[in-house]
Amino acid sequence: MSTFVEMFSSPLMQRALIAAVVVGLAAPVMGTYLVQRRLSLLGDGIGHVALTGVAAGWLVGNAMSLTPHDALAIPGAVVAAVIGALAIDVVRARGRTSGDVALALLFYGGIAGGVLIIGLAGGTTANLMGYLFGSIATVSTSDLVQIVILGALVLGVGIGLRPALFAVSHDEEFARSLGLPVRLLNMMIAIVAALTVTVAMRVVGLLLVSAIMILPVAISQQVATSFRATMRLAMGVGVLVCVSGLVITYFRALSPGAVIVCLAIAVYAGVAAVRPLLVNRSRARGAQAAFDPHPDHPDDVLVAGMTEPGTAGGSTATRGTTARE
Amino acid sequence: MSRTRPSPTGATDPTGSTDPVVAVRDLAVDLGGSRILRDISLEVHRGEFVALLGANGSGKSTLVRTLIGVLPPAAGTVRVLGADITRRAGVPWQRIGYVPQRSTATAGVPATVVEVVRSGLLAAGMLRPPRDADARVRRALERVDLADRAHRAVAELSGGQQQRVLIARALARDPEVLLLDEPLAGVDAANQASFARTMAGLREDGVTVLVVLHETGPLAPLISRALVLRHGAIVHDGEPPPAAPGHDHDDHDHLHPHGDSRDEHWAEERAHGGDRPTGDRSAIRITPGGLA
Repeated sequence: MSTFVEMFSSPLMQRALIAAVVVGLAAPVMGTYLVQRRLSLLGDGIGHVALTGVAAGWLVGNAMSLTPHDALAIPGAVVAAVIGALAIDVVRARGRTSGDVALALLFYGGIAGGVLIIGLAGGTTANLMGYLFGSIATVSTSDLVQIVILGALVLGVGIGLRPALFAVSHDEEFARSLGLPVRLLNMMIAIVAALTVTVAMRVVGLLLVSAIMILPVAISQQVATSFRATMRLAMGVGVLVCVSGLVITYFRALSPGAVIVCLAIAVYAGVAAVRPLLVNRSRARGAQAAFDPHPDHPDDVLVAGMTEPGTAGGSTATRGTTARE
Repeated sequence: MSRTRPSPTGATDPTGSTDPVVAVRDLAVDLGGSRILRDISLEVHRGEFVALLGANGSGKSTLVRTLIGVLPPAAGTVRVLGADITRRAGVPWQRIGYVPQRSTATAGVPATVVEVVRSGLLAAGMLRPPRDADARVRRALERVDLADRAHRAVAELSGGQQQRVLIARALARDPEVLLLDEPLAGVDAANQASFARTMAGLREDGVTVLVVLHETGPLAPLISRALVLRHGAIVHDGEPPPAAPGHDHDDHDHLHPHGDSRDEHWAEERAHGGDRPTGDRSAIRITPGGLA
């Protein structure tokens, strides 16, 4: 018990915990939109480009003789991530290059640019390790202020504009027919996703940043039936794994980013294992009329393994076919 | 080619205007470097129920997507409710409804029927649904017989029900003009019948409808005018195909709207200036695409 009191009274741990809560809340919000748009790997692409920004910030800081040298690392990451995110959105919208090729360009260009520029700045790749794998234990008060401001911005846009961002992510063509400013909303999602990457950078590192955006959503969409519930549950899971992972690393000398991501994967596996039981119970509870799209029509096709036509099992088998028409 | 027709229903604009609801002049549309539509001129008047027919690749969907402002014209003008749709600003978006093909929606994250239908209430300058959103969503779902599925995940519904969700999404904004892109595709007979009831209600309400169809099916009695496209040009504008004698909503002929249908034969005949076919509608044939 006293160990926990000691942990929470440590200013370093307090800052780290606040950062973990902000990241746990904010990252899955934008992750929900990215998963909806089938752009789960966008965060990774942005993360790689942000590394170039970190190195560029370092270069500028060095040139200006700032102390510490990486004082401009986060601003540099923000600028590079936003430019990278907008670039990939333009490429995606124009359809000239497929999304995965555009992402590949970001992946390789971002890492290569980062390593090249840190060399020009007189540093070594060792200086980038804290950004690649996270260094939440070294979060300073000024870092925390930047993280909280950016996190609040991400939450404000992601939740405040949810109806419009949902519409454009769910069905872009229909959103255009509504008269919505689709291009602007797409750019907003790209920019806010970039900000999310830079917020999460210090906690889990650029290489794992996408995991904390996507994994909580992957977990919650297994059990939630609505977009709003998926987002809320993902935020809860995000906070849970970020804080739990951080607390574990207080007691064991492990990388917080790696522990957080492994925890999230473990939760995903656990939910995936339990889900069939939950779904079967739910189906057993539901009357046939609640699921059968055509309760008045007898089933005229029998699928191997299904029960008598007209029973709940038969209805389920039919639904499994029709729902993917 | 310029074709203009008076409103067959005699319906008048509540505002007193007799301007066409849709006015297209000398429209050309390019996609992927190819000219998909050419020399399209047409007017649709208030209360008309227009079917857009033609073979696959004739440009039907491209025309509807251009009318709704999703695709840019290469030449010509498109005015909907008096506004140039390509300018976007100034278009009365809230009075226009659109039902895209079902495949346009992504389904990465689950969404309920209500969430999807609510998105139909947004518009330029309205990034959040209005205060009466719940009532309007409920009304729209009642119009498509889906009120009891409001809180189900859309992915759990059958294909026909998913199509009705998309229609409810367009109806939530109470549009004066409704454009639908192949709403019967992949929809079984029971859902087609429900859809036809919804559309009959809209016609009674004076909503102007332009619908892309492979075959008119249960909508045949509602259609006041047919446009037939062939190779990106209008080749027929006028009489709709005749409703099938003894038409029955349970007729399994409708189960495969992409089949070699009677209406496609009719459209082909119109394209070539021939007579209407007199094929036996009741025969069920097995084609490479399935039942037809």
